[in-house]
Amino acid sequence: MTLRRDLRVIADMVPAGSRVLDVGCGDGALMAALRDEKGVEARGIELAAGDVAAAVARGLSVVQGDADTDLGDYPADAFDVVILSQTLQATREPAKVLDELLRIGRRAIVSFPNFGHWRVRLSILLGGRMPMTAALPVEWYETPNIHLCSIDDFRALAASRGAAIDGARFLSRSRPVSAVFANLLAEQAVFLLRRG
Amino acid sequence: MSGDERFGLDRRVRLAGPLTLDSGAQLAPVEIAYETYGALSADGSNAILICHALTGDQHVASAHPITGKPGWWVRMVGPGKPIDPERHFIVCANVLGSCMGSSGPASLAPDGSPFAMRFPVITIRDMVRAQAMLLDHLGVGTLAAVVGGSMGGMQALEWAATYPGRVRSAVVIASAARHSAQNIAFHEVGRQAIMADPKWRGGDYYAAGDPPAAGLAVARMAAHITYLSEEGLTAKFGRRLQGREAVSFGFDADFQVESYLRHQGISFVERFDANSYLYITRAMDYLDMAEAHGGQLANAFRGTATRFCVVSFTSDWLYPTAESRRIVRALNAAGAQVSFVELESPFGHDAFLLEAPELNRVVDGFLRAVA
Repeated sequence: MTLRRDLRVIADMVPAGSRVLDVGCGDGALMAALRDEKGVEARGIELAAGDVAAAVARGLSVVQGDADTDLGDYPADAFDVVILSQTLQATREPAKVLDELLRIGRRAIVSFPNFGHWRVRLSILLGGRMPMTAALPVEWYETPNIHLCSIDDFRALAASRGAAIDGARFLSRSRPVSAVFANLLAEQAVFLLRRG
Repeated sequence: MSGDERFGLDRRVRLAGPLTLDSGAQLAPVEIAYETYGALSADGSNAILICHALTGDQHVASAHPITGKPGWWVRMVGPGKPIDPERHFIVCANVLGSCMGSSGPASLAPDGSPFAMRFPVITIRDMVRAQAMLLDHLGVGTLAAVVGGSMGGMQALEWAATYPGRVRSAVVIASAARHSAQNIAFHEVGRQAIMADPKWRGGDYYAAGDPPAAGLAVARMAAHITYLSEEGLTAKFGRRLQGREAVSFGFDADFQVESYLRHQGISFVERFDANSYLYITRAMDYLDMAEAHGGQLANAFRGTATRFCVVSFTSDWLYPTAESRRIVRALNAAGAQVSFVELESPFGHDAFLLEAPELNRVVDGFLRAVA
């Protein structure tokens, strides 16, 4: 089975044999790949009961829960890597969630849609409307994404929470983008963080 | 395994014991009524123990000898089901203290008359210890899984805490690791109903052949309400009247819900012993696994290699999702491998016994991954 491109980027950042918590793991596609390809011991948290059932049926250990409220259940340093893919922008308190990721895990991998992408900017600048793009396909009044940010916003957040950036990958139409122009050209960002 | 008297339906065994109970008392011999389905594999890796609920029994997938009804969990256990005798060696035993053949208050004491209230007070862990004795007798070392709903889930948790080396996985459905004040309160109503019945006679009603049926029926009626949901009761009965056009201005069962509960109560007394009801509800009330492990539920599972699957139902107010989450939190803190899902159901606590495709999907996937 082929992984979605952004999940593949995340998978490549995870060391083989490590202990991983995937927060917002969906049906467990990334966890299953990490287990099967890299011998990773993976655990997951997912809000949607149907996705939890699907992940459990894959033999994965997944707990139904919420990134905003349930990360406190995990002891400090319980994992080598904690993954939060395409979920940060949907949390109520992203800064607190980021703190929790780096308390539970020695490293965190965070991916999110870039609200600084030129299409987003143009949509507001010229169209005067909230953007709808490939990475942000839902109307403003229905979107779960209540805390969107640009890549530079995220860099600032990480710095303010004392998180060091150990690596980053930027994607546009699933193709890599260089870090220099990422805030304008990348649709998605994947950051590898550690406690600073 | 064919020809071996230990295996098959409707088995009974008398084990020498003694079984040392949490109370400090000793029980010997220990009688256990049980059933097995399927065959133990050569490497012994396919054994699954199913633990029944308060008023359940060993007839998990075979007809009940008194009521003639199909086994209580045929939706989960049987050919093509998540727990399948084609693949698994399945054991289900009547719990200690019950009345379907295992040692309980109706059993004969060494003096030849029924124990009645002389039977020692037991705990959930005592039930589990008795099951472990049975598995020794059957030649089962390690369980691929121990599976249970409600009080069965409590036994599954106690199995994992008491015999971590013998349990590869535990499935805990619609259950809790402790009895709440509300749980104890409902049980106390049931016990008082039994003991207030003059026919209870301090528990010594066996010789008279006239058990406290009225008291036990009321106990069952009160308990049955806790197994359903307001939503379910409203959908099933609402305020509809039973076989009449208008209320009677009397105290007959005017309402369908009254008639239903009376029927539940009356049919229950045909198959259950009142003293067993006292003893088993007491065992459940005494359950507090955190208290038994230094106040921290996580301590019960520290360092465990057992994999856990915890399931709750949205409309279950007897053992609500919060109790399952408490278990999950403790398992996470203990570093255990745990899966948890809250399934949507309007049927209250009883949902685990009803048609629940999502439950079957979760349990099937979980057990296959363990195998």
